[in-house]
Amino acid sequence: MTKKSTSQKINTLGVKSILMAGVGGQGILRASDILCLVMMEAGMDVKKSEVHGMAQRGGCVTSHIRYGGKVYSPIERKGNVDILLAFEKLESLRYLDYLKPDSRIIVNELELYPPAVNLGDMTYPEQAIDLVKETFKTVKVVKAHEIARKAGNLRAENTALLGVLSQWLDLEVTMWEKILWEVFPKKVVDANLKAFHLGREA
Amino acid sequence: MKVLMSGNEAIARGAYELGIRFGVGYPGTPSTEILEEFSKYDGVYAEWAPNEKVALEVGIGAAVAGARALVTMKHVGVNVAADPLFTVSYTGTNGALVIITADDPSLHSSQNEQDNRNYAKFAKIPMLEPADSQEAKEFIKIAFALSEKFDTPVFLRTTTRVSHSKSVVIIEDPQPVENKTEIRIMPSKYVMVPAMARMRRLEVEKRMHALRDYADTFAENRTEINNTEVGVITAGMPYNYVKDIFPEFSYLKLGMVHPLPEKLIREFAAKVKKLYVIEELDPFIEEQIRAMGIEVAGKDVFPFTNEFDPGVIETALKGKPASLVKLPEVAIPPRPPNLCPGCPHRGLFHVLGKLKTFVAGDIGCYTLSFMKPLEGMHSCICMGASVGMAHGMSKALQEKGKGKVVGVIGDGTFLHSGVTPLLNMAYNQGEAVIVICDNRTTAMTGMQEHPATGYTLQGRKAKELDIAALAKVLGIDSVRVVDPYDIKNTRDVLREELARPGSSVVISRRSCVLFKRHQTEIRKPLRVDVNKCIGCRNCIGLGCPPIAWRKFADMPADQVIRNAKKQEGNSFIDGDLCTGCTICQQVCKVGAIVEVE
Repeated sequence: MTKKSTSQKINTLGVKSILMAGVGGQGILRASDILCLVMMEAGMDVKKSEVHGMAQRGGCVTSHIRYGGKVYSPIERKGNVDILLAFEKLESLRYLDYLKPDSRIIVNELELYPPAVNLGDMTYPEQAIDLVKETFKTVKVVKAHEIARKAGNLRAENTALLGVLSQWLDLEVTMWEKILWEVFPKKVVDANLKAFHLGREA
Repeated sequence: MKVLMSGNEAIARGAYELGIRFGVGYPGTPSTEILEEFSKYDGVYAEWAPNEKVALEVGIGAAVAGARALVTMKHVGVNVAADPLFTVSYTGTNGALVIITADDPSLHSSQNEQDNRNYAKFAKIPMLEPADSQEAKEFIKIAFALSEKFDTPVFLRTTTRVSHSKSVVIIEDPQPVENKTEIRIMPSKYVMVPAMARMRRLEVEKRMHALRDYADTFAENRTEINNTEVGVITAGMPYNYVKDIFPEFSYLKLGMVHPLPEKLIREFAAKVKKLYVIEELDPFIEEQIRAMGIEVAGKDVFPFTNEFDPGVIETALKGKPASLVKLPEVAIPPRPPNLCPGCPHRGLFHVLGKLKTFVAGDIGCYTLSFMKPLEGMHSCICMGASVGMAHGMSKALQEKGKGKVVGVIGDGTFLHSGVTPLLNMAYNQGEAVIVICDNRTTAMTGMQEHPATGYTLQGRKAKELDIAALAKVLGIDSVRVVDPYDIKNTRDVLREELARPGSSVVISRRSCVLFKRHQTEIRKPLRVDVNKCIGCRNCIGLGCPPIAWRKFADMPADQVIRNAKKQEGNSFIDGDLCTGCTICQQVCKVGAIVEVE
């Protein structure tokens, strides 16, 4: 009865990871779902992880996405994330310890004040992007808010950021389009496709 | 077909594929989506019970009637359900009964991180533990099969990372459903009076003996022999973490964490030079292996607290890797969860915070009001504790506590386990004031229905409990209803009730701002008129996300408008976030907060 698999050679070395970070309500979980679906479409194994519940009430939200031949852990360890996609400026600073020296970063140029800043107890690190650039070579800064506005739907900020991210991933654009068609209701699919493509060109 | 599924979705899918058509539970992170997803499948009956004890009893009833019942709850929910749990272990189940316990290592959304594997041992119930979504779907089917084969309730344990991570699942067509329900009268099996329970007690030991034998042959207790220098015994999500870092190790991955497969463990231990048990929270497996007389490392190397991740495993076995990234030296403001803009709890806790009372709190979104700047709650123990604690405090304090003790509980939590303590307070002539913050839904876990919402889990119209009438009938002397968007009235009523002798209930009623059902009015966002703002920070004291403090010191000189002598700054409202609830407008003494034109 007992399954005894001997020494399976499974390549876990090729597994890569993306960390999405932002604030509850920004559509991060939806964006990471879409990314995983595109990777599945491309024939990869993929796992993702985030925490629901308490964390949704305006707190920070992260989503780990790991993909490759065979993925075990749905969360990445510190010092090993390949790409950080920050949906908000301050949140780009919070998880830098998850990155490697050659990790690439996308930052959405948007400021959302946390409680301590609202109360005047702490200052918002306005220089966040400069600080990130001091440490990392490849930092792409975009205004997803403006892209979404141009696309005709402010809520498409997350799709715009996926478009930006897609520049760095070897996934065919038709796969992205197929999944976007599948996940969005008819009413908003055009705006999201447009936001994705504008992001891809940004 | 391959789909992306969370562990919770996969459990629901697996139960559906197997032909399970009866589900009951109580919402609680990280378990909630299991029953929500299950309830959407064709031909399924699923209901929210008011608490986990009721849920389990409903499940037991269904199982005794011959159905195969799925019961879902979070780890602390099993505490509530513990009473029937320990005895259904004696009776067995006739049909089948699987109880999901969704544990929360790291307390992402819980008041403790108890390890519910201990319940399996304590209540003598077998427990399975999947490591990802595909396993979650398969293990729920195995759990039902074991329940039928061994006439026992079976636990399926998940953790937050299994419940809420998503991975690839192969879905299958549902099996045909067979209805085996019928009335069968078997008092010697189901009437647990001492004489009969003593007999069943022996059956439990026989069953556990048979299950131990079964565990040694169970295919999901899986041995993977690679390099035999190091062997790891593990289960659930930690298996993935270790595999990622140390694919060269040998593994005994346990699909069943209770009872343990002693023979398999001995065989595995004999094959490897160094043996580790890698498990989150308690040394549950480790202690049992030590009791077998096998040398093993575990909690001497790995942490007792919090969930693991691949980094925790790596650090424990190889030491902390040197950080290659130089982190910028900058203070990063924390971003804790907060009450939403327009949350009705904000008005209530603003008032409570100013009344200088002890506020015994409870479990829900409103628990967040303990934080700065509201600081409106002073205890939180478990579901329903607020009412009993407020009563106990006021009895102990006697004269010193008059008008000084308040218990605060949400509508869902009140119906979960606040009703009996309220009955107790009325019966024993308590003097505390109990505030039921009724936002018309179970907000924290994502808008689940309950007996006072008027709808069932599956969307059918239901009886809508009148909470005020219930409080009266329990014997509460004074029952009042306030709108927490009306600060003055809320304050006046609370003051009156605190001053009144006898027991009081104040229902603070206003629908959750995220809950669409009761939203009828359209409100305009507000802004601060800097020509009037005197910088008193009253509005800042509400801790509302759109309201920010701007120091004059940080502004260009030509933008500073000073309306009071010692004024140091202005408030500012982000109109994109503001819902126009007007609470800040009501606390502003100078009328500086106005509607956006």
